[in-house]
Amino acid sequence: MVPISYYLMLSAVLFGLGVVAFVFKRNIITIFMSIELMLNAVNLAFVAFARAHNQLDGLVFVFFVIVVAAAEAAVGLAIIITIAHNRRTLNVEQVNLLKF
Amino acid sequence: MSLPLILFFVLAVMAVAGAVVLILAREPIHSALALVMVMVSLAILYLLLGAEFIAAVQIIVYAGAVMVLFVFVIMLLNAGTEDRTHISKIATWVGLPLGFFLLLEVAHIFWHGRMSAAMGSGAGAPFEPASTHDLSMALFQQYLFPFEATSILILIALLGALVLAKKDE
Repeated sequence: MVPISYYLMLSAVLFGLGVVAFVFKRNIITIFMSIELMLNAVNLAFVAFARAHNQLDGLVFVFFVIVVAAAEAAVGLAIIITIAHNRRTLNVEQVNLLKF
Repeated sequence: MSLPLILFFVLAVMAVAGAVVLILAREPIHSALALVMVMVSLAILYLLLGAEFIAAVQIIVYAGAVMVLFVFVIMLLNAGTEDRTHISKIATWVGLPLGFFLLLEVAHIFWHGRMSAAMGSGAGAPFEPASTHDLSMALFQQYLFPFEATSILILIALLGALVLAKKDE
């Protein structure tokens, strides 16, 4: 049997890589993908904890996270399309109207 | 080394490699395919944890629907090679060490903290996969209200996406 702490470690590493991608990437679509990566890492932790405690609530939470992530992807990608139409770029450094 | 442990390490390496490729790839489509690899290996990890339904949903909704949406948008916008980033000095000297420290801290808590002690006993419990029947019972009885709320959320997201993406008159 795989110890639960292994899963939590993997989850932490994936979340960390997601944060790194979120900070370092410049393409707005890739930044969005790194958010999905972080959500996936959290889902893994949820499932691992649900397994550790033999309870279903963690799995229900994963279900909700997946649903909300799907909704978020739909709205976010629509926003990305609008930005791409208005600013003619996908580079976040050139979307700087609100930048001080 | 038992078979689940070997399987876990193979899948963990696949997932981490996918995440690293996501960071290093210059083309967004390569990042998207790397993310699909992460999601598929996570789905098999869910199977290993006995969560069959979540594994299926992960494949169908995440690796299927959401990633197809991403690839579709990448192709629609003709997203080309990404500009190289110049990492600022403050990111190199403050951000990277801090990030590494955070990871170390989390690792320490997971390995030596009270959490791993509590988890250790749980891992020894008899392996009973979370059946889809039990999961749906919890979803439609205990969590009925959140379930309905998410359906409204999906409807609003659908309308919002339509309004945002439609051509201006």
